[in-house]
Amino acid sequence: MTALLSIRDLSARVEEKEILSGLSLDVPAGEVHAIMGPNGAGKSTLSYVLTGRPGYEVTSGTASLAGEDLLALEPNERAARGVFLSFQYPLEIPGVPALTFLRTALNAQRKARGEAEIAAPDFLRLVRAKAAALKIDFDMLKRALNVGFSGGEKKRMEILQMSVLEPKLAILDETDSGLDIDAMRIVAEGVNALRAPDRALLVITHYQRLLDYVQPDRVHVLAGGRIVASGGPELAHQLEAEGYDRYGSLAA
Amino acid sequence: MSLARAIETGDVGLLPSRRDEDWRWSDLRGLIRVAPPASPEWVEPLAPGPFSGADAEEILVVNGRGPDLIVVGPGEKRAIALRLIAAPNAGSHLARLAIEVGEGGELTLLESHEGAGQDYLTASDMTIELGAGAQAERIVLAAESESGVAVSIAKVQLAAGARFEQMVLASGARRERIETVVEHPGAGAFVRLDGVYLLNERRHSDITTVVTHNGVDGITDQLIKGVVQDQARGVFQGRILVAKGADQTDARMGHHALILSDRAEVDAKPELEIWADDVACAHGNTVGALDEDALFYAAQRGIPPDEARALLIQAFVGEAVDRVRHEGAREVARAWVAQRLGASL
Repeated sequence: MTALLSIRDLSARVEEKEILSGLSLDVPAGEVHAIMGPNGAGKSTLSYVLTGRPGYEVTSGTASLAGEDLLALEPNERAARGVFLSFQYPLEIPGVPALTFLRTALNAQRKARGEAEIAAPDFLRLVRAKAAALKIDFDMLKRALNVGFSGGEKKRMEILQMSVLEPKLAILDETDSGLDIDAMRIVAEGVNALRAPDRALLVITHYQRLLDYVQPDRVHVLAGGRIVASGGPELAHQLEAEGYDRYGSLAA
Repeated sequence: MSLARAIETGDVGLLPSRRDEDWRWSDLRGLIRVAPPASPEWVEPLAPGPFSGADAEEILVVNGRGPDLIVVGPGEKRAIALRLIAAPNAGSHLARLAIEVGEGGELTLLESHEGAGQDYLTASDMTIELGAGAQAERIVLAAESESGVAVSIAKVQLAAGARFEQMVLASGARRERIETVVEHPGAGAFVRLDGVYLLNERRHSDITTVVTHNGVDGITDQLIKGVVQDQARGVFQGRILVAKGADQTDARMGHHALILSDRAEVDAKPELEIWADDVACAHGNTVGALDEDALFYAAQRGIPPDEARALLIQAFVGEAVDRVRHEGAREVARAWVAQRLGASL
Protein backbone atom coordinates (compact mmCIF):
# COMPACT_ATOMS: atom_id res chain seq x y z
CA MET A 1 0.00 0.00 0.00
CA THR A 2 1.36 3.43 -0.87
CA ALA A 3 1.67 6.07 1.81
CA LEU A 4 -0.89 8.88 2.04
CA LEU A 5 1.92 11.41 1.76
CA SER A 6 4.84 10.35 -0.38
CA ILE A 7 7.85 12.58 -1.00
CA ARG A 8 10.67 11.50 -3.31
CA ASP A 9 14.05 13.19 -3.77
CA LEU A 10 12.56 16.61 -3.23
CA SER A 11 14.82 19.61 -3.72
CA ALA A 12 13.69 23.18 -3.37
CA ARG A 13 15.16 26.61 -3.14
CA VAL A 14 14.25 30.00 -1.80
CA GLU A 15 15.79 33.03 -3.48
CA GLU A 16 18.44 30.93 -5.26
CA LYS A 17 19.45 29.20 -2.05
CA GLU A 18 18.91 25.43 -1.94
CA ILE A 19 17.14 24.50 1.32
CA LEU A 20 15.82 21.01 0.59
CA SER A 21 18.25 18.60 -1.07
CA GLY A 22 16.77 15.30 -2.11
CA LEU A 23 14.34 14.77 0.75
CA SER A 24 12.35 11.53 0.80
CA LEU A 25 9.58 10.69 3.26
CA ASP A 26 6.52 8.46 3.47
CA VAL A 27 3.68 9.02 5.91
CA PRO A 28 0.98 6.33 5.80
CA ALA A 29 -2.63 7.13 6.67
CA GLY A 30 -3.43 6.72 10.35
CA GLU A 31 0.06 7.63 11.51
CA VAL A 32 1.66 10.58 13.24
CA HIS A 33 5.19 11.38 12.14
CA ALA A 34 7.43 13.92 13.79
CA ILE A 35 10.07 15.90 11.99
CA MET A 36 12.79 17.22 14.22
CA GLY A 37 15.94 19.05 13.41
CA PRO A 38 18.19 21.95 14.16
CA ASN A 39 17.24 25.50 13.24
CA GLY A 40 17.73 26.23 9.57
CA ALA A 41 17.51 22.56 8.59
CA GLY A 42 14.59 23.21 6.26
CA LYS A 43 11.66 22.18 8.48
CA SER A 44 9.46 25.18 7.72
CA THR A 45 10.54 25.14 4.09
CA LEU A 46 9.21 21.61 3.81
CA SER A 47 5.83 22.75 5.12
CA TYR A 48 5.71 25.67 2.69
CA VAL A 49 6.80 23.58 -0.31
CA LEU A 50 4.06 21.05 0.43
CA THR A 51 1.44 23.81 0.70
CA GLY A 52 2.68 25.82 -2.29
CA ARG A 53 3.76 29.09 -0.76
CA PRO A 54 4.94 31.56 -3.44
CA GLY A 55 8.71 32.01 -3.45
CA TYR A 56 9.46 28.35 -2.66
CA GLU A 57 10.67 26.81 -5.87
CA VAL A 58 10.81 23.05 -6.36
CA THR A 59 13.84 22.18 -8.48
CA SER A 60 13.43 18.39 -8.59
CA GLY A 61 11.56 15.49 -7.03
CA THR A 62 7.93 14.71 -6.35
CA ALA A 63 5.34 14.96 -3.60
CA SER A 64 2.00 13.25 -3.79
CA LEU A 65 -1.08 12.94 -1.63
CA ALA A 66 -3.02 9.70 -2.07
CA GLY A 67 -1.23 9.20 -5.37
CA GLU A 68 -2.04 12.67 -6.72
CA ASP A 69 0.77 15.04 -7.66
CA LEU A 70 0.57 17.82 -5.09
CA LEU A 71 3.15 20.07 -6.67
CA ALA A 72 1.02 20.61 -9.80
CA LEU A 73 -1.84 22.10 -7.77
CA GLU A 74 -2.51 25.65 -6.64
CA PRO A 75 -2.34 26.25 -2.86
CA ASN A 76 -6.14 26.46 -2.52
CA GLU A 77 -6.55 23.25 -4.55
CA ARG A 78 -4.12 21.45 -2.25
CA ALA A 79 -6.16 22.65 0.71
CA ALA A 80 -9.36 21.36 -0.87
CA ARG A 81 -7.66 17.97 -1.39
CA GLY A 82 -7.05 17.90 2.36
CA VAL A 83 -3.69 19.51 3.04
CA PHE A 84 -3.70 21.71 6.13
CA LEU A 85 -0.85 23.69 7.60
CA SER A 86 -0.94 24.99 11.15
CA PHE A 87 1.32 28.01 10.73
CA GLN A 88 4.24 28.67 13.01
CA TYR A 89 3.24 32.34 12.86
CA PRO A 90 -0.49 32.54 12.05
CA LEU A 91 -1.41 35.62 9.99
CA GLU A 92 -3.68 38.40 11.17
CA ILE A 93 -6.64 39.06 8.88
CA PRO A 94 -7.90 42.57 9.72
CA GLY A 95 -11.61 43.19 9.31
CA VAL A 96 -12.55 39.57 8.64
CA PRO A 97 -14.25 37.91 11.61
CA ALA A 98 -12.81 34.47 12.39
CA LEU A 99 -16.24 32.91 11.83
CA THR A 100 -16.59 34.51 8.39
CA PHE A 101 -13.10 33.41 7.40
CA LEU A 102 -13.65 29.86 8.54
CA ARG A 103 -17.06 29.54 6.87
CA THR A 104 -15.66 30.97 3.62
CA ALA A 105 -12.80 28.46 3.77
CA LEU A 106 -15.01 25.49 4.57
CA ASN A 107 -17.48 26.33 1.81
CA ALA A 108 -14.72 26.97 -0.72
CA GLN A 109 -13.27 23.54 0.03
CA ARG A 110 -16.67 21.87 -0.17
CA LYS A 111 -17.41 23.63 -3.44
CA ALA A 112 -14.06 22.51 -4.87
CA ARG A 113 -14.94 18.93 -3.92
CA GLY A 114 -18.37 19.21 -5.51
CA GLU A 115 -20.18 19.16 -2.16
CA ALA A 116 -23.02 21.45 -1.09
CA GLU A 117 -22.31 24.46 1.11
CA ILE A 118 -22.88 23.99 4.81
CA ALA A 119 -26.03 25.63 6.15
CA ALA A 120 -25.43 28.50 8.57
CA PRO A 121 -27.04 26.83 11.64
CA ASP A 122 -25.09 23.60 11.05
CA PHE A 123 -21.89 25.56 10.70
CA LEU A 124 -22.46 27.45 13.94
CA ARG A 125 -23.30 24.27 15.81
CA LEU A 126 -20.14 22.61 14.49
CA VAL A 127 -17.87 25.53 15.40
CA ARG A 128 -19.47 25.99 18.81
CA ALA A 129 -18.72 22.37 19.74
CA LYS A 130 -15.14 22.45 18.43
CA ALA A 131 -14.42 25.81 20.06
CA ALA A 132 -15.71 24.59 23.42
CA ALA A 133 -13.42 21.56 23.26
CA LEU A 134 -10.45 23.88 22.69
CA LYS A 135 -11.63 26.28 25.43
CA ILE A 136 -12.01 29.11 22.93
CA ASP A 137 -14.56 31.75 23.93
CA PHE A 138 -17.15 31.79 21.14
CA ASP A 139 -17.29 35.60 21.20
CA MET A 140 -13.64 35.65 20.19
CA LEU A 141 -14.69 34.13 16.85
CA LYS A 142 -16.69 37.25 16.07
CA ARG A 143 -13.53 39.31 16.19
CA ALA A 144 -11.16 39.80 13.26
CA LEU A 145 -9.12 36.62 12.85
CA ASN A 146 -5.98 36.65 15.01
CA VAL A 147 -5.97 40.45 15.31
CA GLY A 148 -4.85 41.24 18.85
CA PHE A 149 -4.86 37.54 19.81
CA SER A 150 -2.09 36.25 22.06
CA GLY A 151 0.40 33.70 20.74
CA GLY A 152 -1.45 30.89 22.50
CA GLU A 153 -4.84 32.05 21.22
CA LYS A 154 -3.52 32.10 17.66
CA LYS A 155 -2.26 28.52 17.96
CA ARG A 156 -5.59 27.40 19.37
CA MET A 157 -7.33 29.14 16.43
CA GLU A 158 -5.14 27.10 14.08
CA ILE A 159 -6.19 23.87 15.76
CA LEU A 160 -9.84 25.00 15.67
CA GLN A 161 -9.59 25.61 11.93
CA MET A 162 -7.96 22.24 11.51
CA SER A 163 -10.70 20.43 13.40
CA VAL A 164 -13.44 22.18 11.41
CA LEU A 165 -11.77 21.62 8.03
CA GLU A 166 -10.92 17.97 8.82
CA PRO A 167 -7.89 17.61 6.55
CA LYS A 168 -6.40 14.37 5.29
CA LEU A 169 -2.88 15.57 5.95
CA ALA A 170 -2.24 18.02 8.75
CA ILE A 171 1.16 19.64 9.04
CA LEU A 172 1.83 21.29 12.39
CA ASP A 173 4.74 23.68 12.14
CA GLU A 174 6.20 24.47 15.59
CA THR A 175 2.72 24.44 17.05
CA ASP A 176 4.23 24.17 20.54
CA SER A 177 6.27 27.35 20.32
CA GLY A 178 4.89 30.13 22.49
CA LEU A 179 2.55 27.85 24.45
CA ASP A 180 2.53 27.47 28.21
CA ILE A 181 1.97 24.02 29.66
CA ASP A 182 -1.83 24.39 29.99
CA ALA A 183 -2.26 25.70 26.46
CA MET A 184 -0.01 22.91 25.21
CA ARG A 185 -2.22 20.30 26.86
CA ILE A 186 -5.35 21.79 25.28
CA VAL A 187 -3.73 21.99 21.86
CA ALA A 188 -2.39 18.45 22.16
CA GLU A 189 -5.85 17.14 23.05
CA GLY A 190 -7.20 18.91 19.98
CA VAL A 191 -4.53 17.32 17.82
CA ASN A 192 -5.02 13.87 19.31
CA ALA A 193 -8.75 14.13 18.68
CA LEU A 194 -7.92 14.31 14.99
CA ARG A 195 -6.00 11.07 14.92
CA ALA A 196 -7.94 8.85 12.54
CA PRO A 197 -7.28 5.82 10.35
CA ASP A 198 -7.70 7.90 7.16
CA ARG A 199 -5.63 10.86 8.30
CA ALA A 200 -1.90 11.55 8.60
CA LEU A 201 -0.23 14.09 10.83
CA LEU A 202 3.19 15.59 10.31
CA VAL A 203 4.41 17.30 13.45
CA ILE A 204 7.35 19.63 12.92
CA THR A 205 9.12 20.60 16.09
CA HIS A 206 12.47 21.65 17.41
CA TYR A 207 11.90 20.23 20.87
CA GLN A 208 10.59 16.93 22.09
CA ARG A 209 8.15 18.57 24.52
CA LEU A 210 5.01 18.42 22.33
CA LEU A 211 5.73 14.78 21.56
CA ASP A 212 5.11 13.89 25.21
CA TYR A 213 1.49 14.76 24.52
CA VAL A 214 1.18 13.84 20.85
CA GLN A 215 2.83 10.43 20.60
CA PRO A 216 4.44 9.94 17.19
CA ASP A 217 4.61 6.62 15.39
CA ARG A 218 7.83 7.63 13.68
CA VAL A 219 10.42 10.33 14.24
CA HIS A 220 12.60 11.72 11.46
CA VAL A 221 15.62 13.94 11.73
CA LEU A 222 15.81 16.67 9.10
CA ALA A 223 19.27 18.14 8.66
CA GLY A 224 20.91 19.80 5.70
CA GLY A 225 17.71 19.64 3.67
CA ARG A 226 17.04 15.90 3.86
CA ILE A 227 16.02 13.15 6.26
CA VAL A 228 19.22 11.82 7.84
CA ALA A 229 17.78 9.46 10.43
CA SER A 230 14.46 7.81 11.21
CA GLY A 231 13.27 5.80 14.15
CA GLY A 232 10.58 5.18 16.71
CA PRO A 233 9.47 7.57 19.49
CA GLU A 234 12.69 6.81 21.40
CA LEU A 235 14.63 8.80 18.79
CA ALA A 236 12.96 11.99 20.04
CA HIS A 237 14.22 11.34 23.58
CA GLN A 238 17.67 10.56 22.30
CA LEU A 239 17.72 13.88 20.40
CA GLU A 240 16.52 15.70 23.48
CA ALA A 241 19.37 14.19 25.51
CA GLU A 242 22.14 14.41 22.93
CA GLY A 243 21.17 17.38 20.77
CA TYR A 244 21.63 17.60 17.03
CA ASP A 245 25.40 17.87 17.04
CA ARG A 246 26.00 14.39 15.68
CA TYR A 247 24.04 15.35 12.56
CA GLY A 248 26.17 18.43 12.06
CA SER A 249 28.56 16.71 9.66
CA LEU A 250 25.67 15.34 7.63
CA ALA A 251 24.08 18.76 7.54
CA ALA A 252 27.18 20.40 6.14
CA MET B 1 -14.66 79.91 -6.31
CA SER B 2 -12.89 80.43 -9.57
CA LEU B 3 -14.44 77.24 -10.93
CA ALA B 4 -17.91 78.74 -10.49
CA ARG B 5 -16.90 81.82 -12.45
CA ALA B 6 -15.32 79.68 -15.14
CA ILE B 7 -18.58 77.78 -15.57
CA GLU B 8 -20.71 80.92 -15.48
CA THR B 9 -18.58 82.75 -18.02
CA GLY B 10 -17.36 79.81 -20.11
CA ASP B 11 -13.82 81.14 -19.67
CA VAL B 12 -11.59 78.07 -19.22
CA GLY B 13 -8.74 80.41 -18.27
CA LEU B 14 -10.40 80.73 -14.85
CA LEU B 15 -10.31 77.00 -14.09
CA PRO B 16 -8.03 75.88 -11.25
CA SER B 17 -4.74 74.54 -12.57
CA ARG B 18 -1.72 72.57 -11.36
CA ARG B 19 -0.17 75.87 -10.39
CA ASP B 20 -2.70 76.17 -7.58
CA GLU B 21 -1.14 74.18 -4.73
CA ASP B 22 -4.49 72.68 -3.67
CA TRP B 23 -5.28 71.57 -7.22
CA ARG B 24 -1.94 70.23 -8.38
CA TRP B 25 -3.20 66.62 -8.43
CA SER B 26 -6.55 67.53 -9.94
CA ASP B 27 -5.68 70.01 -12.65
CA LEU B 28 -8.73 71.17 -14.59
CA ARG B 29 -7.27 73.86 -16.74
CA GLY B 30 -4.86 71.54 -18.52
CA LEU B 31 -7.69 69.07 -19.03
CA ILE B 32 -10.44 71.23 -20.46
CA ARG B 33 -9.61 73.18 -23.63
CA VAL B 34 -13.13 74.36 -24.33
CA ALA B 35 -15.95 74.58 -21.83
CA PRO B 36 -18.99 72.50 -22.79
CA PRO B 37 -22.04 74.63 -23.60
CA ALA B 38 -24.34 75.62 -20.76
CA SER B 39 -26.61 72.73 -19.76
CA PRO B 40 -30.19 73.13 -21.11
CA GLU B 41 -33.22 72.15 -19.09
CA TRP B 42 -34.07 68.43 -18.86
CA VAL B 43 -37.76 67.61 -19.04
CA GLU B 44 -37.79 63.85 -19.59
CA PRO B 45 -38.48 61.38 -16.77
CA LEU B 46 -35.58 60.23 -14.59
CA ALA B 47 -34.58 56.78 -13.42
CA PRO B 48 -34.67 56.18 -9.65
CA GLY B 49 -31.60 57.30 -7.69
CA PRO B 50 -29.38 55.17 -5.46
CA PHE B 51 -31.27 56.27 -2.33
CA SER B 52 -34.75 56.01 -3.84
CA GLY B 53 -35.47 52.97 -1.67
CA ALA B 54 -34.63 54.84 1.53
CA ASP B 55 -37.34 56.46 3.59
CA ALA B 56 -36.51 60.05 2.63
CA GLU B 57 -38.15 62.93 0.78
CA GLU B 58 -36.62 63.46 -2.64
CA ILE B 59 -35.24 66.80 -3.80
CA LEU B 60 -34.04 67.09 -7.39
CA VAL B 61 -31.36 69.36 -8.78
CA VAL B 62 -31.16 68.56 -12.49
CA ASN B 63 -28.59 70.24 -14.70
CA GLY B 64 -28.05 72.77 -11.94
CA ARG B 65 -31.75 73.58 -11.60
CA GLY B 66 -33.42 73.07 -8.25
CA PRO B 67 -34.10 74.78 -4.94
CA ASP B 68 -31.42 77.02 -3.53
CA LEU B 69 -32.40 76.69 0.12
CA ILE B 70 -33.34 73.75 2.32
CA VAL B 71 -34.33 74.47 5.90
CA VAL B 72 -34.73 72.05 8.77
CA GLY B 73 -36.45 73.99 11.53
CA PRO B 74 -35.41 74.01 15.20
CA GLY B 75 -36.08 70.60 16.72
CA GLU B 76 -37.33 69.29 13.39
CA LYS B 77 -36.17 65.93 12.03
CA ARG B 78 -35.88 65.36 8.26
CA ALA B 79 -34.39 62.79 5.93
CA ILE B 80 -33.71 64.09 2.45
CA ALA B 81 -32.54 62.30 -0.68
CA LEU B 82 -30.85 65.10 -2.56
CA ARG B 83 -30.17 64.15 -6.17
CA LEU B 84 -27.70 66.26 -8.12
CA ILE B 85 -28.10 65.01 -11.64
CA ALA B 86 -26.13 65.70 -14.79
CA ALA B 87 -28.83 64.68 -17.28
CA PRO B 88 -28.05 63.05 -20.65
CA ASN B 89 -28.04 66.52 -22.27
CA ALA B 90 -25.75 68.09 -19.64
CA GLY B 91 -22.98 70.45 -20.78
CA SER B 92 -21.68 72.65 -18.05
CA HIS B 93 -23.59 73.88 -15.05
CA LEU B 94 -23.29 75.01 -11.48
CA ALA B 95 -25.65 74.27 -8.62
CA ARG B 96 -25.77 76.49 -5.57
CA LEU B 97 -27.54 75.32 -2.47
CA ALA B 98 -27.75 76.40 1.15
CA ILE B 99 -28.85 74.00 3.88
CA GLU B 100 -29.75 75.21 7.33
CA VAL B 101 -30.51 73.05 10.33
CA GLY B 102 -31.96 74.95 13.26
CA GLU B 103 -31.15 74.48 16.91
CA GLY B 104 -31.58 70.87 17.95
CA GLY B 105 -32.72 69.88 14.46
CA GLU B 106 -31.73 66.60 12.84
CA LEU B 107 -30.97 66.04 9.18
CA THR B 108 -30.08 62.91 7.27
CA LEU B 109 -28.82 64.01 3.89
CA LEU B 110 -28.58 61.22 1.34
CA GLU B 111 -26.85 63.01 -1.47
CA SER B 112 -26.27 61.39 -4.84
CA HIS B 113 -24.24 62.78 -7.70
CA GLU B 114 -25.63 61.07 -10.75
CA GLY B 115 -23.89 61.48 -14.08
CA ALA B 116 -26.25 60.37 -16.82
CA GLY B 117 -24.55 62.43 -19.54
CA GLN B 118 -21.11 62.48 -21.15
CA ASP B 119 -18.27 64.98 -21.27
CA TYR B 120 -19.96 67.36 -18.88
CA LEU B 121 -18.41 69.87 -16.51
CA THR B 122 -20.38 70.37 -13.32
CA ALA B 123 -19.90 71.99 -9.98
CA SER B 124 -21.97 72.16 -6.85
CA ASP B 125 -21.37 74.81 -4.27
CA MET B 126 -23.11 74.06 -1.03
CA THR B 127 -23.24 75.60 2.42
CA ILE B 128 -24.40 73.60 5.43
CA GLU B 129 -25.11 75.44 8.66
CA LEU B 130 -25.88 73.61 11.89
CA GLY B 131 -27.39 75.45 14.86
CA ALA B 132 -26.59 74.68 18.49
CA GLY B 133 -27.00 71.00 19.30
CA ALA B 134 -28.13 70.25 15.72
CA GLN B 135 -27.13 67.02 14.00
CA ALA B 136 -26.54 66.14 10.38
CA GLU B 137 -25.35 62.96 8.75
CA ARG B 138 -24.42 63.43 5.13
CA ILE B 139 -23.80 60.49 2.85
CA VAL B 140 -22.50 61.41 -0.59
CA LEU B 141 -22.64 58.74 -3.25
CA ALA B 142 -20.83 60.03 -6.30
CA ALA B 143 -21.66 58.05 -9.42
CA GLU B 144 -20.28 60.17 -12.21
CA SER B 145 -19.75 59.23 -15.85
CA GLU B 146 -16.30 58.09 -16.86
CA SER B 147 -16.05 61.10 -19.19
CA GLY B 148 -17.48 63.66 -16.79
CA VAL B 149 -15.71 66.33 -14.80
CA ALA B 150 -17.40 67.08 -11.50
CA VAL B 151 -16.47 69.20 -8.53
CA SER B 152 -18.46 69.37 -5.33
CA ILE B 153 -17.61 71.82 -2.59
CA ALA B 154 -19.42 72.00 0.72
CA LYS B 155 -18.71 74.58 3.39
CA VAL B 156 -19.90 73.48 6.80
CA GLN B 157 -20.43 75.69 9.83
CA LEU B 158 -21.27 74.32 13.24
CA ALA B 159 -22.57 75.96 16.38
CA ALA B 160 -21.77 74.73 19.90
CA GLY B 161 -22.65 71.11 20.60
CA ALA B 162 -23.51 70.36 16.97
CA ARG B 163 -22.68 67.10 15.30
CA PHE B 164 -21.72 66.72 11.64
CA GLU B 165 -20.99 63.30 10.21
CA GLN B 166 -20.09 62.57 6.62
CA MET B 167 -19.31 59.62 4.39
CA VAL B 168 -18.21 60.13 0.81
CA LEU B 169 -18.45 57.16 -1.54
CA ALA B 170 -16.56 57.99 -4.71
CA SER B 171 -16.18 55.95 -7.88
CA GLY B 172 -14.30 58.65 -9.77
CA ALA B 173 -14.72 60.35 -13.11
CA ARG B 174 -12.48 61.86 -15.76
CA ARG B 175 -11.80 64.30 -12.93
CA GLU B 176 -13.73 64.28 -9.70
CA ARG B 177 -13.23 66.35 -6.63
CA ILE B 178 -15.28 66.25 -3.47
CA GLU B 179 -14.19 68.94 -1.09
CA THR B 180 -15.48 69.63 2.41
CA VAL B 181 -14.44 72.66 4.39
CA VAL B 182 -15.48 72.70 8.03
CA GLU B 183 -15.38 75.58 10.49
CA HIS B 184 -15.29 73.80 13.84
CA PRO B 185 -16.23 75.86 16.91
CA GLY B 186 -14.90 73.35 19.44
CA ALA B 187 -17.47 73.75 22.22
CA GLY B 188 -18.42 70.10 22.39
CA ALA B 189 -19.11 69.90 18.67
CA PHE B 190 -18.23 66.68 16.85
CA VAL B 191 -17.17 66.14 13.25
CA ARG B 192 -16.69 62.87 11.40
CA LEU B 193 -15.37 63.07 7.84
CA ASP B 194 -15.09 59.60 6.35
CA GLY B 195 -14.71 58.48 2.79
CA VAL B 196 -14.19 55.51 0.51
CA TYR B 197 -12.93 55.66 -3.04
CA LEU B 198 -12.97 52.63 -5.33
CA LEU B 199 -11.41 53.47 -8.69
CA ASN B 200 -10.76 51.47 -11.81
CA GLU B 201 -9.87 52.09 -15.47
CA ARG B 202 -8.69 55.66 -15.88
CA ARG B 203 -10.89 57.21 -13.26
CA HIS B 204 -9.68 59.95 -10.96
CA SER B 205 -11.08 61.01 -7.63
CA ASP B 206 -9.92 63.65 -5.20
CA ILE B 207 -11.23 63.82 -1.65
CA THR B 208 -10.16 67.05 -0.05
CA THR B 209 -11.09 68.11 3.47
CA VAL B 210 -10.14 71.09 5.56
CA VAL B 211 -11.17 71.37 9.21
CA THR B 212 -10.34 74.42 11.26
CA HIS B 213 -10.75 74.07 15.00
CA ASN B 214 -11.47 77.56 16.26
CA GLY B 215 -12.38 76.93 19.91
CA VAL B 216 -11.64 74.70 22.89
CA ASP B 217 -12.97 71.20 23.33
CA GLY B 218 -13.81 69.98 19.84
CA ILE B 219 -13.53 66.53 18.23
CA THR B 220 -12.75 65.56 14.63
CA ASP B 221 -12.53 61.96 13.56
CA GLN B 222 -11.63 60.99 10.01
CA LEU B 223 -11.13 57.67 8.24
CA ILE B 224 -10.64 57.46 4.48
CA LYS B 225 -10.10 54.17 2.66
CA GLY B 226 -9.22 53.84 -1.00
CA VAL B 227 -8.68 51.08 -3.54
CA VAL B 228 -7.25 51.82 -6.97
CA GLN B 229 -6.49 49.59 -9.92
CA ASP B 230 -5.82 49.75 -13.67
CA GLN B 231 -4.62 53.28 -14.37
CA ALA B 232 -6.83 54.96 -11.81
CA ARG B 233 -5.67 57.73 -9.56
CA GLY B 234 -6.82 58.53 -6.06
CA VAL B 235 -6.06 61.78 -4.30
CA PHE B 236 -6.54 62.56 -0.63
CA GLN B 237 -5.76 65.96 0.79
CA GLY B 238 -6.69 66.27 4.43
CA ARG B 239 -5.90 69.25 6.53
CA ILE B 240 -6.73 69.83 10.17
CA LEU B 241 -5.81 73.18 11.58
CA VAL B 242 -6.03 73.75 15.32
CA ALA B 243 -6.05 77.50 15.86
CA LYS B 244 -4.44 79.30 18.74
CA GLY B 245 -6.59 78.88 21.83
CA ALA B 246 -8.42 75.79 20.53
CA ASP B 247 -7.10 73.76 23.46
CA GLN B 248 -8.31 70.26 24.35
CA THR B 249 -8.97 69.56 20.69
CA ASP B 250 -9.10 65.86 19.83
CA ALA B 251 -8.42 65.28 16.12
CA ARG B 252 -7.70 62.01 14.39
CA MET B 253 -7.08 61.48 10.71
CA GLY B 254 -6.50 58.20 8.92
CA HIS B 255 -6.03 57.58 5.21
CA HIS B 256 -5.25 54.10 3.96
CA ALA B 257 -5.15 52.97 0.36
CA LEU B 258 -4.57 49.76 -1.54
CA ILE B 259 -2.95 49.87 -4.95
CA LEU B 260 -3.82 46.81 -7.02
CA SER B 261 -1.87 47.51 -10.18
CA ASP B 262 1.51 48.94 -11.17
CA ARG B 263 -0.06 51.74 -13.15
CA ALA B 264 -2.52 52.95 -10.57
CA GLU B 265 -1.56 55.84 -8.33
CA VAL B 266 -2.44 57.37 -5.00
CA ASP B 267 -1.36 60.83 -3.92
CA ALA B 268 -1.92 61.76 -0.32
CA LYS B 269 -1.22 64.86 1.65
CA PRO B 270 -2.32 64.61 5.28
CA GLU B 271 -1.59 67.75 7.25
CA LEU B 272 -1.98 68.65 10.89
CA GLU B 273 -1.24 72.21 11.85
CA ILE B 274 -1.41 72.83 15.58
CA TRP B 275 -1.19 76.21 17.28
CA ALA B 276 -2.93 75.26 20.54
CA ASP B 277 -1.90 73.49 23.74
CA ASP B 278 -3.03 70.28 25.36
CA VAL B 279 -4.39 68.76 22.16
CA ALA B 280 -4.65 65.10 21.17
CA CYS B 281 -3.93 64.86 17.46
CA ALA B 282 -2.92 61.85 15.42
CA HIS B 283 -2.71 60.94 11.81
CA GLY B 284 -1.91 57.77 9.95
CA ASN B 285 -1.35 57.38 6.25
CA THR B 286 -0.55 54.13 4.47
CA VAL B 287 -0.48 53.20 0.81
CA GLY B 288 0.38 49.67 -0.20
CA ALA B 289 -0.51 46.43 -1.92
CA LEU B 290 -2.65 43.60 -0.60
CA ASP B 291 -0.78 41.52 1.97
CA GLU B 292 0.66 38.55 0.02
CA ASP B 293 1.14 36.56 3.21
CA ALA B 294 -2.51 37.00 4.12
CA LEU B 295 -3.48 35.88 0.61
CA PHE B 296 -1.38 32.73 0.96
CA TYR B 297 -2.86 32.07 4.40
CA ALA B 298 -6.37 32.28 2.91
CA ALA B 299 -5.35 30.07 -0.01
CA GLN B 300 -3.91 27.50 2.41
CA ARG B 301 -7.37 27.30 3.95
CA GLY B 302 -8.86 26.60 0.53
CA ILE B 303 -10.08 30.06 -0.47
CA PRO B 304 -9.41 30.73 -4.20
CA PRO B 305 -7.29 33.84 -4.96
CA ASP B 306 -10.11 35.99 -6.40
CA GLU B 307 -12.36 35.24 -3.47
CA ALA B 308 -9.55 35.87 -0.99
CA ARG B 309 -8.74 39.19 -2.61
CA ALA B 310 -12.39 40.27 -2.53
CA LEU B 311 -12.68 39.19 1.11
CA LEU B 312 -9.62 41.17 2.15
CA ILE B 313 -10.55 44.27 0.15
CA GLN B 314 -14.10 44.22 1.41
CA ALA B 315 -12.84 43.97 4.98
CA PHE B 316 -10.37 46.78 4.37
CA VAL B 317 -13.07 49.10 3.05
CA GLY B 318 -15.69 47.83 5.49
CA GLU B 319 -13.93 49.39 8.44
CA ALA B 320 -14.93 52.82 7.10
CA VAL B 321 -18.34 51.84 5.69
CA ASP B 322 -19.43 50.37 9.03
CA ARG B 323 -19.16 53.83 10.58
CA VAL B 324 -22.20 55.10 8.63
CA ARG B 325 -24.91 55.49 11.25
CA HIS B 326 -28.06 55.62 9.11
CA GLU B 327 -28.98 52.01 8.60
CA GLY B 328 -30.55 52.33 5.16
CA ALA B 329 -27.60 54.38 3.91
CA ARG B 330 -25.16 51.86 5.38
CA GLU B 331 -26.87 49.10 3.40
CA VAL B 332 -26.71 51.22 0.22
CA ALA B 333 -23.02 51.83 0.91
CA ARG B 334 -22.32 48.13 1.41
CA ALA B 335 -24.17 47.25 -1.77
CA TRP B 336 -22.23 49.94 -3.63
CA VAL B 337 -18.93 48.46 -2.39
CA ALA B 338 -19.96 44.93 -3.35
CA GLN B 339 -21.08 46.07 -6.77
CA ARG B 340 -17.90 48.11 -7.41
CA LEU B 341 -15.64 45.29 -6.24
CA GLY B 342 -17.61 42.69 -8.13
CA ALA B 343 -17.60 44.75 -11.31
CA SER B 344 -13.88 44.98 -11.76
CA LEU B 345 -11.81 45.67 -8.70
